[in-house]
Amino acid sequence: MDRRGFLECMAWVGTGVVWTSAGGVLSSRTLAHAGEASAGGDFSFVQISDTHIGFTGEANKDVTRTLQEAIIAVNALPTPPAFVLHTGDLTHAQKPGAFDAVAELLKTVRTERVFYVPGENDVFLDGGKEYLGRYGKGTAGGRGWQSFDYRGVRFIGLVNVLTYKADGLGSLGPEQLEWLEDDVRALPSSTPVVVFGHVPLWAVYPAWGWATGDSERALGYLRRFGSVTVLNGHIHQIMQKIEGGITFHTAMSTAFPQPAPGTAPGPGPMKVPQDRLRRVLGLREVTYVQGRSALAVVDRPLA
Amino acid sequence: MKTRLLAGVALAALLALTASLRAPRPSDGATPETRIGIEHFTFLPPAMTVQAGTKVTWVNRDEETHTVTSAAGAFASPALEKGETFSYTFTAPGAYSYLCALHPYMKSTLTVQ
Repeated sequence: MDRRGFLECMAWVGTGVVWTSAGGVLSSRTLAHAGEASAGGDFSFVQISDTHIGFTGEANKDVTRTLQEAIIAVNALPTPPAFVLHTGDLTHAQKPGAFDAVAELLKTVRTERVFYVPGENDVFLDGGKEYLGRYGKGTAGGRGWQSFDYRGVRFIGLVNVLTYKADGLGSLGPEQLEWLEDDVRALPSSTPVVVFGHVPLWAVYPAWGWATGDSERALGYLRRFGSVTVLNGHIHQIMQKIEGGITFHTAMSTAFPQPAPGTAPGPGPMKVPQDRLRRVLGLREVTYVQGRSALAVVDRPLA
Repeated sequence: MKTRLLAGVALAALLALTASLRAPRPSDGATPETRIGIEHFTFLPPAMTVQAGTKVTWVNRDEETHTVTSAAGAFASPALEKGETFSYTFTAPGAYSYLCALHPYMKSTLTVQ
């Protein structure tokens, strides 16, 4: 097994290990030393994903409580996050009242701002009307995708759940792709880029729709950058992949885990023993240190 | 006359075969009805042919939430939890492709004759 294969393999059990990317080469440290990365007074942010408020299935009878536990964990971080990225599926199937419940819960996060991208659960019922009514303001044309700069890092939030391609995969669509091309055109290649979205932008497992059909075109606009970090949700488990200067990270859910690709009839909620549940739910902290292209990614389970 | 009779017999045989295979059962002589299951992230049977006027009922037997959503927008169920159903009566002949909007790789086609 080569180094890349080893790292991809390790990613399956990578919880609690910090991966640091420098010049495309990963190195890892254990969590005990993770705090050193933020010693320079730089910034960190948090990714939470797939909160699925409204879910009442066997896999987790109290998704509100596990989200609250995730928020408590965020509020206890030694370095408060500059902001939080929510990578979609705020609600479970747009259950009545779920958007309000998520909004109330996330008000208790101690951070400046929460940025959102939708998951298919947030938009399937009404084509995104309610989601965009709440979170579309300030996004490109009110369509949900957006970019912003924070301390020299370009953050790009993409929407890949509003249209489905015939193959059942996520899709960005030509309009968003043109926007993306335009958005990064003038950026120097040395600018660190963080992309966040719901469905993975790499082909994790297309048979379950765990891929974005037109992501290759999006990645084509990003390959010239020295450091691109792609953060996704949707698959409720940690996976990582490195492709040149691009590193892909899928995140845990705060609600329920899903099976590893192909290990179940479908990608539904996976019931695990109660004492194991909080080890497969969690959040992610990402730290950026100025002057280094490295972004340190730490996945933190709830227990 | 003979040809029409033969055609009629052939049609009847075909319908009987379709009925036995696909089981669209005319309940009280009014609206024919049939059911499609949603199990293990699959529509069962995966493809079906019904007569115009048939009321089709989907029943979700999975623990996971699913939907029955027409690709062309002809019909769309709300989120279906386990045991919940969605019905639609097909009046116009044609091929209706549909999917689960939450798991869009789950696809099927219903043909209305």
